[in-house]
Amino acid sequence: MSSPHPKEHVCWGGGCEHSHHHRLEVRDLKVSYREVLALDGIHFATECGRSIALIGPNGAGKSTLLKSLANLLSADQGSVIWRGQPLTRSSHEIAYLPQRGDVDWQFPITVRGLVEMGRYPNLGWWRSYSRHDSEIVERALAAMDLLDLQDRQISALSGGQQQRTFIARALAQEAHVLLLDEPFTGLDKPAQENLSRLFKELTAEGRLLIASHHDLQTVKGFYDDVLLIKKVQIAFGPVETQFTPENLNAAYGN
Amino acid sequence: MPQDIPSLSDFLAEPIARRALLACLMIGFANGFVSAFVVLRKSALKIGTLSHALLPGIALAVLMVGLTQWSALAGAIFAAMIVGLGSIFLSRTSRLDQDTSMGILYTTAFAGGYLILTQLNVRQKLDEWLFGSIVGMADSDLWIAFGISVVAVLALTALQRPLLIYLFEPNIAASLGVPVRFLNYATFGITILVLISSLQAVGCILSVGLMVAPAATVYLLTNNARTLFWGGGIIGGLGSVAAFFISYPLGWSVSSTIILVLGSLFLLAYIFSPRYGLFSRRAKA
Repeated sequence: MSSPHPKEHVCWGGGCEHSHHHRLEVRDLKVSYREVLALDGIHFATECGRSIALIGPNGAGKSTLLKSLANLLSADQGSVIWRGQPLTRSSHEIAYLPQRGDVDWQFPITVRGLVEMGRYPNLGWWRSYSRHDSEIVERALAAMDLLDLQDRQISALSGGQQQRTFIARALAQEAHVLLLDEPFTGLDKPAQENLSRLFKELTAEGRLLIASHHDLQTVKGFYDDVLLIKKVQIAFGPVETQFTPENLNAAYGN
Repeated sequence: MPQDIPSLSDFLAEPIARRALLACLMIGFANGFVSAFVVLRKSALKIGTLSHALLPGIALAVLMVGLTQWSALAGAIFAAMIVGLGSIFLSRTSRLDQDTSMGILYTTAFAGGYLILTQLNVRQKLDEWLFGSIVGMADSDLWIAFGISVVAVLALTALQRPLLIYLFEPNIAASLGVPVRFLNYATFGITILVLISSLQAVGCILSVGLMVAPAATVYLLTNNARTLFWGGGIIGGLGSVAAFFISYPLGWSVSSTIILVLGSLFLLAYIFSPRYGLFSRRAKA
């Protein structure tokens, strides 16, 4: 095993050429819960290597969008195209990272156990856990600087470490697209900066990150692009050009 | 000790005692194994309502075709489905939540079942369904218990990998490709089966204890979810066997003693667990 330095570029195996053909396209997405319309007309396209802040007021449909991209909710209309094909249900290239408040931290599982879950899409029900699998898990733990904490129960971690554990699971899954629900919420300043640095490393390695975010102060430093929604899409594009007072007013103003 | 009770070794020479002992081990193990699922799923209360809901199904089956193992089994499954699905239906079609609907459905069902059973001439059997009859099991009962135990342990072991992801994150396990709906149905089926075996052992009032306490005890001792299954099985099996030996000389009811032993083991873990016990928590705070 080479150095556990997080900057080390690792090839995560399984169909990962870092070309610019890794393109995610969302076409006219419409989602509703029974009768209530949650999202309508979401339409954007992006490539691997970018980080996107998903922004909008409470109830704007941020979590709904992330969940439908992860195929946890089915859309009424529209499609999500990943690498030229419709995103299928258990595509192991997409990882969804829940909001920290939604996780049962008392569950009897260690950091390593949680990261090992990421191998499930490759292993299925019974295929045995090989050396190759445990190497990938080791690398994911090392990249997130969790090797020393791997035997800890997950509630015995700081907020930043908990967030990194879920990212490590996404790495073990060999995911190319990471969908994160409020990853910075509840983290202190140093942990936020550390996570932001990791985001930049992950995108530098050719991953696509889409994260809902509510702290407008930090959008500029943390992300490349911004996707502003309020049930409908208000703006999408680079932070410099789209994160403007006018657009924010359209989303947050009355 | 009363004079008219034969000594333990004499009692153990009887086939009925050996069957009871075997039943304690098997049913205790299977219930303890499944209790890991119940604890991780946080569905102890639901098990409690289900176990009571089985009574009217059994009563109806007895009313219609007479009391046999199979009629009781079929009636129990039928009742569980009615109450389980009925509560979902009620909550969807009214403004009540599922817990409320279940609360009404199962008490009504239980009351109806009790009245039916009292009208029939099966007074003694009624007590057995309420409080269990692990002593006095026939060979056929034992075989059914054995079958249920084997199916439950094998199925939960085979499903363990996706099941743990599902239990950890029921709402997002699907994004990892876990067959959530299938697991829902499969585990419901296993739960009903095992519930029937615990009904026979300790009765519908105490069966929740047998299906919760073993893994709850291990929960306080381990960080490994897999240990919960086997550990729960071992505690359930050995606890029930111990209860058999404790209850006999004292003339206590075996089913109550089983729950008492399991409850005591839980209490010990709660107080003395090195990691999550009362004292260690205080030391940390």
